[in-house]
Amino acid sequence: MEDKKILLTHGSGGRLMRDLIRDVILPAFDNPSLRKLEDTAEIPAHEGGRLVMTTDGYVVRPLFFPGGDIGKLAVCGTVNDLATAGARPLAMSAGFILEEGFPLADLERIVMSMKEAADGVPVSFITGDTKVVEKGRGDGIYVSTTGVGLVPQGIELSPAKIRPGDAVLINGPVGSHEAAILSARNDFSLGVAVRSDCAPLFRLMEAVLREVPEARCARDPTRGGVAAALTEIVEAAGYGIELVEDEIPVEEPVRNLCELLGLDPLLMANEGKMLVVVPGEKADACLKAMKGAPEGADARVIGSVNDRKPRLTVKTPYGTTRIVTVPSGSQLPRIC
Amino acid sequence: MSLFSEFRSGEHVKTLAGMIRAAYPGGDRAIMEVCGTHTMAIARYGLRSLLPEGLRLVSGPGCPVCVTPASVVDAAVELCGMPKTAVCTFGDMMRVPGSGKTLEVCRADGADVRMLYSAGDAVDLARKEPGKRFVFISVGFETTTPGIALSLLEADRLGLTNLSFLTANRLVIPAMEALCASGDVRIDGFLCPGHVSVIIGSMAYSGIPRDFRIPCVVGGFEPVDVLAALYALVRQIARGEARVENAYARAVTGGGNRTAVEVMGKVFKAVDAEWRGIGTIPKSGLALRDEYRLFDALETFGIGLRPVPEPKGCRCGDVLRGLIIPPECALFGKRCTPEAPVGPCMVSSEGSCAAFYKYGGGLDGR
Amino acid sequence: MCLSIYGKLMSIDGDFGVVEIGGVRRKVGLQLVPGAAPGDYVLIHAGFAIQVTDEEEAKSTMALLSEIFETEESN
Repeated sequence: MEDKKILLTHGSGGRLMRDLIRDVILPAFDNPSLRKLEDTAEIPAHEGGRLVMTTDGYVVRPLFFPGGDIGKLAVCGTVNDLATAGARPLAMSAGFILEEGFPLADLERIVMSMKEAADGVPVSFITGDTKVVEKGRGDGIYVSTTGVGLVPQGIELSPAKIRPGDAVLINGPVGSHEAAILSARNDFSLGVAVRSDCAPLFRLMEAVLREVPEARCARDPTRGGVAAALTEIVEAAGYGIELVEDEIPVEEPVRNLCELLGLDPLLMANEGKMLVVVPGEKADACLKAMKGAPEGADARVIGSVNDRKPRLTVKTPYGTTRIVTVPSGSQLPRIC
Repeated sequence: MSLFSEFRSGEHVKTLAGMIRAAYPGGDRAIMEVCGTHTMAIARYGLRSLLPEGLRLVSGPGCPVCVTPASVVDAAVELCGMPKTAVCTFGDMMRVPGSGKTLEVCRADGADVRMLYSAGDAVDLARKEPGKRFVFISVGFETTTPGIALSLLEADRLGLTNLSFLTANRLVIPAMEALCASGDVRIDGFLCPGHVSVIIGSMAYSGIPRDFRIPCVVGGFEPVDVLAALYALVRQIARGEARVENAYARAVTGGGNRTAVEVMGKVFKAVDAEWRGIGTIPKSGLALRDEYRLFDALETFGIGLRPVPEPKGCRCGDVLRGLIIPPECALFGKRCTPEAPVGPCMVSSEGSCAAFYKYGGGLDGR
Repeated sequence: MCLSIYGKLMSIDGDFGVVEIGGVRRKVGLQLVPGAAPGDYVLIHAGFAIQVTDEEEAKSTMALLSEIFETEESN
């Protein structure tokens, strides 16, 4: 292919578009379904259980950052959404909106990254779509993914199931993804020695549910962080959750970045983390299951459910308690 | 940082809390923490619940962002609409409403608003983009002002003609003195801002104990620092003393940072200034000296500050003086909420009213 | 107005230096701390160093506080 950049004609359905799919997309996602290049694809046969579906758009900037890129993010984000329901990913689809002039080499890199992430789960992209918009009407590339998953019989995760005395666990340190992005964007000219935690958590959740089928609910703390995710849970459940500050793992550079900019690690986005609520007596089993997975090496019990007001609170190292509120917009750095 | 981890020690916090309770002479007393960063630290560590019954911590006017007049925010918004102009600001200012929009809304509407960590970055931006005019929203107390002054001097040295400053910097001592002099202030002690004091020195507060018989203790921001300062204040109150004490000796000296004070004085002069929710306080603000007027944004763009009438019913002044608690203001929770704040006490996320709104008076989470 | 943090001065280049705060690096103006040298700990606020300290000063403050504790306990 002589062209090094995406052209409007790539999106027009003609020869150039077919060439793009054949030369860039297919080699990455090759599977019998996709090879047919039909408008629809059949979801693979599956055993009994409940089908669930999730969809997400990915608009991260910069496109490439320490620990991942928009492609890896797209796969992990959708796989992790399915994992919050306890679902095994059956199939995925991907939609690309490309801006005229977007470097072909970047598209290839992103697509290969998606392949690598998908193979690691494993899950296949069985169908997809590509559109091209005029220069100035896009932001390089937007990726949208839909995932279909299968929830095994007997597994039903929901915030409504949590009860006072339940334990709240997380598989590792918080805030690393957002810190990596902040550093990569260089808006504050800060170098932060941290990588995004972007990772698929299907296997981790599978292990957790095998050990603790009685698990109440799970949430991946993406935008808004642990605080937003747990606040959603307490509001849905009508119970309170209290975290123990000393137990919340945070990587040292992330901690220092937060001190410098006046940010709260609990409000920072994660892309490789899962919060799980389990009955209190199952906390150890859940911890063991998490630690068995590579993404769970630093798993911790970070708090518990109580019968106080449906709020998220944190017990400080001083025996005092503070209430955690989620701002209406994103967290802003401060000097004050 | 492991260098100072002792100042976060749970054991020391417990000891100090016990010492404060033991030394407390009883009755209802109010200590004003002047600085917004102290308000944040106290909320973050839940320190209020460790204090004896009757001892109230009152948030003072020490959030430079919240006391920035609405007219200045409006001017910043007006500058957002100027062609080929980028408005640079600290994150703190993004969601502060003037009489209309916030800078955040301006950005959503397509304005070029840049959130910066340092005024020095505005100088770098102005160098990198000579085709654009940059305005830096200059707010802050004495901790922040020297860095802004240095940035202006750097811009001057480089001969930059595309950077100007919308100045609304304020001074802490005149505000504290005005509060004391206003008559019916009921403050038994001041917890003085540790990092402002790094610049101005602990002796800068001498006039307050001398003229108003109110003790002043300079405190740092780790939990041990805050409680050590509160202990020193309670001890003075119990003994009927009124003097300046420095409980943040690892960072603060009696005389402060002379270089910083000199550079502030080189660029800025003290002027009468309006404090949102309080009114005009003599010689409490900073304006650019004549020789640096070229860097004044109002002059560069030919706009003026349009006074914004005080919203009817706003009682921030009374809250800041420790005279009322937030729910006693008729606007609290009704016309004035964190999403639509009227006065400075609600503008800051940890100002008296915002804190009360969030924590509903039950500050220990129960 | 006070959010500041201590970092270690790693290198100096004219009026500016690079400060490291445990995994975070940033260019910082050093004009307010003449005489600061690599290896010193500086207090940073909004991109400028406003004070220099060292481990000795930190220790002496702790010692001062310990004296207060001891005096009070013996009262």
